[in-house]
Amino acid sequence: MAENVKPRVRVPRDATAGETIIIKTLISHKMESGQRKDDDGNVIPRSIINRFTCTFNGESVIDVAMEPAISTNPYFEFEVTVPESGTFEFTWYDDDGDIYTDTKEIAVS
Amino acid sequence: MKLLIKGGIVSAALFAAFGANADEEASLVINEDIEITVRTDAPAHLDNMRTIYSGWVYRSDETQALQMDDFENPGMIFVDDAIDVWASADGSEGKGCVDCHNEPASMAGVRATYPKWNEEAGEVRTLAMQVNGCRTERMGAEEWKYDGSDMLNMEALLASVSRGMPVNVAIDGPAQSTWEMGKELYYTRTGQLDLSCANCHEDNYGNNIRADHLSQGQINGFPTYRLKNAKLNGVQSRFRGCVRDTRAETYAVGSDEFIALELYVASRGNGLSVEGPSVRN
Amino acid sequence: MKLTRRHAIVMALGSAAAFTMPFRAYAAVEEDIEAFTGGVEIGTGGITLVAPEIAENGNTVPIEVDAPGAEAIMILATGNPVPAVGTFTFGALAGSQSAATRIRLAGTQDVVAIARMPDGSFVQASQEVKVTIGGCGG
Repeated sequence: MAENVKPRVRVPRDATAGETIIIKTLISHKMESGQRKDDDGNVIPRSIINRFTCTFNGESVIDVAMEPAISTNPYFEFEVTVPESGTFEFTWYDDDGDIYTDTKEIAVS
Repeated sequence: MKLLIKGGIVSAALFAAFGANADEEASLVINEDIEITVRTDAPAHLDNMRTIYSGWVYRSDETQALQMDDFENPGMIFVDDAIDVWASADGSEGKGCVDCHNEPASMAGVRATYPKWNEEAGEVRTLAMQVNGCRTERMGAEEWKYDGSDMLNMEALLASVSRGMPVNVAIDGPAQSTWEMGKELYYTRTGQLDLSCANCHEDNYGNNIRADHLSQGQINGFPTYRLKNAKLNGVQSRFRGCVRDTRAETYAVGSDEFIALELYVASRGNGLSVEGPSVRN
Repeated sequence: MKLTRRHAIVMALGSAAAFTMPFRAYAAVEEDIEAFTGGVEIGTGGITLVAPEIAENGNTVPIEVDAPGAEAIMILATGNPVPAVGTFTFGALAGSQSAATRIRLAGTQDVVAIARMPDGSFVQASQEVKVTIGGCGG
């Protein structure tokens, strides 16, 4: 398990049906690129989050394939059209097999 | 005369007028709520400057924007970590910060007055020293490493609840001799490059040193999340980096010299808002 | 313009670099593009890439892409040791085919965004980002 990995997500609490809202996500992760060397000159092995997905009530919003060029503490901002009340599910996939998730409810009127 | 000439050559070689890479007129409001004073009249004790500026104004538009919303400020990740620590007990007394201080918000204003004289201890204490004082004296817990991640996270939390409040460190009374020592250090040239703090941050703020846009070296935004190392950085570690860059042997983080320098440099920013955790390059 | 000795040196270095340095990276860029497009010719227009002209630090460079109607957008940093940055695939509920993130750039280079449209066509946009090397390691 990578250390101190903590997802943060910002989703509005409510929206009107069909409204387009902005979602922001940030997860604390060092995103070790595999390009760096330690003090002894040895390559520090790659250890990144390689995929991020967001779904709403099970349907896909965005699916991101991530490479080591994504900065430390990966940040994403994107838009969603919300048809109804429901649940966002956010998932980050770590190279080491760990999966980090967060969910957010939204009330649509 | 010789000194002057040498100073002139160093200036010509290192500093150049700044390119159009920052909006020095910009104003900072965090979360569309917290108004931050990023420029104001210099405190009375400063002889050579009329206006003081937060380092934020010297950064590029993109870097400036990162600090305008807590969600986009990666430094706030570490504030979240410290909020968890705040509420958890540590040490032989079974206490956490919360047991004496209630919620972190109750600490609003504390960051703004540090470093300050501690009567009981008979010394000037930085905020980090005070946190460790709490840990060893009240909690029976281990000290945190100076500028280590536990300490910087907690300092970021303490700064965050004081954001928008003016820095106001006392420079007279029992703190005065420490302040004088800090001032002396500020104007003392060090290293093979023979530069004092003032050569860059008083004589050349707004100019470029190689590709870096020099600020006034204000510390109201510490701890600061730097893009270069993607983590929180402590004031005294930054001092250490600066002194090292003059090619000098540096004082240690937590040394009497750096405590004095921190008090003095903090006082140069009296009137600017507490901004930490800030975002810098 | 007067050609000074300094200019001449800079120009000589520049052309030497252009000939020798980026072959490996360019090969990787070509491969990544081929894998994404299957060799289909890439047009322009209908895609916007926003990146700073000058990045204060190459470690954290904010970028935004927007390609209305696209199925997916691939980002490449053509001068990085590994040019691939990421690929955004938009689902049915995406409110727009746009996204913003922060990326690492190993030096001054072109950042390229290529969008795959539902009709199987591709469009691209690119922008040069100058990455400054700071004076103060700190």
